[in-house]
Amino acid sequence: MSALLSVTDAHVAYGKVEAVRSVSLEVGANEIVTIVGANGAGKTTLLSAIMGILPLKGRVAFAGQDLARLDIEDRVAMGLGLVPEHRELFVTMNVEDNLELGAFRIERNKAKASIERVYTLFPRLKERRKQLAGTLSGGEQQMLAMGRALMGEPKLLMLDEPSLGLAPIIVADIFRIVGELRAAGVSVLLVEQNAQAALKIADQAYVMELGEFVLSGKASDIAANERVAASYLGFQHEGESVI
Amino acid sequence: MNTTIMLFLVQDGITNGAIYALLGLALVLVFAVTRVILIPQGEFVTYGALTYASLAAGQMPGTAKLALALGIGAFAFDLFVARKALHGRLILRSILTNIALPAIVLALTVYFAAQKPPVAVSIALSLVIVAMIGLYLYRIAFQPLAHTSVLVLLIASVGVHLALQGLGLLFFGAEGQRGPAVLSGAFTAGALRFTGQSLTVYGITIAFIVGLWLFFGLTLYGKALRATAVNRLGARLVGIRTTLSGQIAFLLASVIGALSGIMIVPITTLYYDSGFLIGLKGFVAAIIGGLVSYPLTAVAALVVGLVEAFSSFYASNYKEVIVFMLLIPVLLLRSLAAPAVEEEKD
Repeated sequence: MSALLSVTDAHVAYGKVEAVRSVSLEVGANEIVTIVGANGAGKTTLLSAIMGILPLKGRVAFAGQDLARLDIEDRVAMGLGLVPEHRELFVTMNVEDNLELGAFRIERNKAKASIERVYTLFPRLKERRKQLAGTLSGGEQQMLAMGRALMGEPKLLMLDEPSLGLAPIIVADIFRIVGELRAAGVSVLLVEQNAQAALKIADQAYVMELGEFVLSGKASDIAANERVAASYLGFQHEGESVI
Repeated sequence: MNTTIMLFLVQDGITNGAIYALLGLALVLVFAVTRVILIPQGEFVTYGALTYASLAAGQMPGTAKLALALGIGAFAFDLFVARKALHGRLILRSILTNIALPAIVLALTVYFAAQKPPVAVSIALSLVIVAMIGLYLYRIAFQPLAHTSVLVLLIASVGVHLALQGLGLLFFGAEGQRGPAVLSGAFTAGALRFTGQSLTVYGITIAFIVGLWLFFGLTLYGKALRATAVNRLGARLVGIRTTLSGQIAFLLASVIGALSGIMIVPITTLYYDSGFLIGLKGFVAAIIGGLVSYPLTAVAALVVGLVEAFSSFYASNYKEVIVFMLLIPVLLLRSLAAPAVEEEKD
């Protein structure tokens, strides 16, 4: 079976600076794939380019179709979703409106069922459904951003640093939900600095350094890799270089 | 000054203020959604007013031809942008909205202009013609620049304003025109006399404001427009096309402009270039509302109308100066309250 998302030899540049170089990756159906790496490695850039926010040189195919000529909005309609690092919520609108808009490209009657599913996944959002998105706590905003993306019924959800700046108990909650998404048939491409948690939940993993993938393989193998352990899992010895 | 004169001035101020409120709201809407400062709003006013007046006088308005010409331009843009991925449905849709629609409206206009149509038909035709002009202008002049800075959009906006004003002179001539009242008749209440026309202005303004409020609060497309205004990237990430939001915003703005013109032209003689000044007063209100707040804009518009009415009584030579001077303290206060905001990057 061919992969749901396949990126081949992708380059992304800001002007003359190449932030992502010759990167290839695949995400299969019902799979959680994670990209781990230090701050500034190019992970967010790569996700933005896959979504069509930044121009990408190379080939990106989703569900067998080349994405080169498609806008962000078309990619959303095809079932590709992104929860960006800054969440990009509609802060002056309430939780329910944010979710309703998440289903902008979905049939109205289906959207009703989707919203109930999202509320089951995130009961906290249901409690706060009339509250303005901008007044939610960081964790709730992250839940809303994920909920909004799920309203669009994505086949693949890309999550950019979902745990950033959140309390450990909420982080655990969010990772639990990522696991539930796979069970519900949604593939996940997860970008995380919290490598330990990401590698525990993922099936496949890529390690990104300075715009390139330096390692890839099964998440469990990557987690067991000494160099990864030293660099990203907090077992770094003093004085040892990351690269 | 006695009470009667004061009441007259207040009445006059509120009538004008209601129209400035509509224009101000349209400016805020367009800016919030597309970041375009809509200088040509005044031309929508003149085009609406003079198209209506021409039709009522049994003349053929040139605006109907302009709509078709712009429609053909918009079609060409659609084809050019989609040149690598052309397919039948896209071409058909573009032909229908950009060519068939203005062609039908042009035919209707030719037909009705020859036989002095009833007021309702003139209004409907004028609104549709100006709405199409607004829509196609967005496609031609602003959509291709959607990703540029506010300054570039402003320059384009000034360009469109100048072009439309020149075309206005060509279509309607240098003579002023007046149109027939939308609602004739009048009644008096105490010292005040209410004409059917001024009641129409109040009624339509209130109906439009309530309508906009319902549209933005309850409908999916209204919410999508708000979402685009709040967070453009967020909107795109849920699949809302910024071009769609821009089209809706321009459609609303041009309809509001044309409607304002149709409401004014039975009260005041309008010239091809009168719209600019009227639009600017809506703009003053929008600026007082910080180009973001709808309620503040509506209130500010009423203040602008009242200040204008009173200053035309006390110092009619300086009436415009006084109205525009309202901006200075507001800008000063705003700049003190929120010093130097960097332009958002897109």
